[in-house]
Amino acid sequence: MGAVAETHEHDHHGHHDHAGHGYGDNSKLYVHIFRDDLGSKAGMWLFLFTEILLFGGLFFLYFGYRVADPHAFHDAALELNVMLGAVNTIILLTSSLTMVLAIVAIQRNSVKLSLFYLVVTIGCALAFLVNKYFEWSYKIHHGIYPGSEELAMRAKGEITFFGLYYLMTGLHTFHVIVGAIILTVCMVFIMKKHINQDKYIILENSGLYWHLVDLIWIFLFPLFYLLH
Amino acid sequence: MSNHGNTHAEEHHHEEHHGYGFFTAIWIGLIALTALTVAIAGVDMGVYTVPLALLIAGIKAMLVINYFMHIKFDTPLVKWFVIACGVIFAIVVIFLGFDVFIGRAL
Repeated sequence: MGAVAETHEHDHHGHHDHAGHGYGDNSKLYVHIFRDDLGSKAGMWLFLFTEILLFGGLFFLYFGYRVADPHAFHDAALELNVMLGAVNTIILLTSSLTMVLAIVAIQRNSVKLSLFYLVVTIGCALAFLVNKYFEWSYKIHHGIYPGSEELAMRAKGEITFFGLYYLMTGLHTFHVIVGAIILTVCMVFIMKKHINQDKYIILENSGLYWHLVDLIWIFLFPLFYLLH
Repeated sequence: MSNHGNTHAEEHHHEEHHGYGFFTAIWIGLIALTALTVAIAGVDMGVYTVPLALLIAGIKAMLVINYFMHIKFDTPLVKWFVIACGVIFAIVVIFLGFDVFIGRAL
C-alpha cells in the first residue's frame, strides 16, 4: 500500500512548492513535492473497473449464447486442449506470485531481487504467449478460425463459441503483451531508481494491472477449456 | 503470518507488509484449486458442473484480489471503492440476466 509514501504528503495547497522557498522552519522538514499515492491507486482501480466492464460484457455474451445452445458449446469445447489451458493457468498464477514478490523485495530495498522477480514475471508472460501461439496456430492449421470455410459448415453455436474464444482469449492475450511491456518499463524505472524503497506506487499499480490479467484468465480457463 | 488486528489500515509502518512465504502459501492454494477444478471437470455432475467451476474460479479470484492485489489490507477507502463497484456490476448483470435468461426455452 502507499503507506510509506504518505509520510511525504504535506502539501495541503495542491501546488508545487520548492524546498527552501520561504516557508520558514517548515521548509527544512518537508519536501514539497506534490504526491498522492492513494489517488494514484484509486485511479488505477477505476481503470481496472472499466476493464472488468469490458470483459464482463463479453462473459455475459458468452453465457447468453451458451444457455441458448449448450450442446454446441460443449462439442466445440472438446476441441480445446485442456493441458495447454492448465499449463497457461499455472504460468499466469506463478507470474502473479513473482509480481507480488517483486514488490515485497523493493519494500525491503532488495533491488536486484526485485529485478529478478520481474524478469521471471516477464518470462512467464512470454511463455504464456508462446503457448498461445502454438494453440492458435494448431487451430488455424485445422481450419478453425473466424470466417473459415471449415467453421462455416458447423453448427451455429459452434461458430459462436469459436468466435467468442478468439475474441476473448485474443483480447486477454493483448493484455498480456501490454502487461509485459509495462513491467519492462518498471524494470528500467527500478534501475534508474525512479522506483525505490520509498516510492514504488508505479510498481504497485503495474502489479494491479498484471493481477487483473491473471484474474480474467481464472474465469476464461474453466469457461472455455473445461466444458467436458 | 502475524495477525494485524483492525487498525492496520490506518497505520503506516514497514512491519505490516507481508513476506515472501505468505504470498507463496497463497500461490500454493491457487495451484491446488486449479488442480481441483481440472480434476472435477471430467466428472459429470449435471447442472452443478458450471456453478461448481465458477465457485472455484470465484474463490481463486477472491484470493488474488484480497492478497495479491492487497485489498484485504488496503485503506477502507479503496476497499469500499472495490466493493461498491462490484455491487454495481452485480446489479447490471442481474437486471440484464432477467432479459437474457428468463423466458427462454432452455
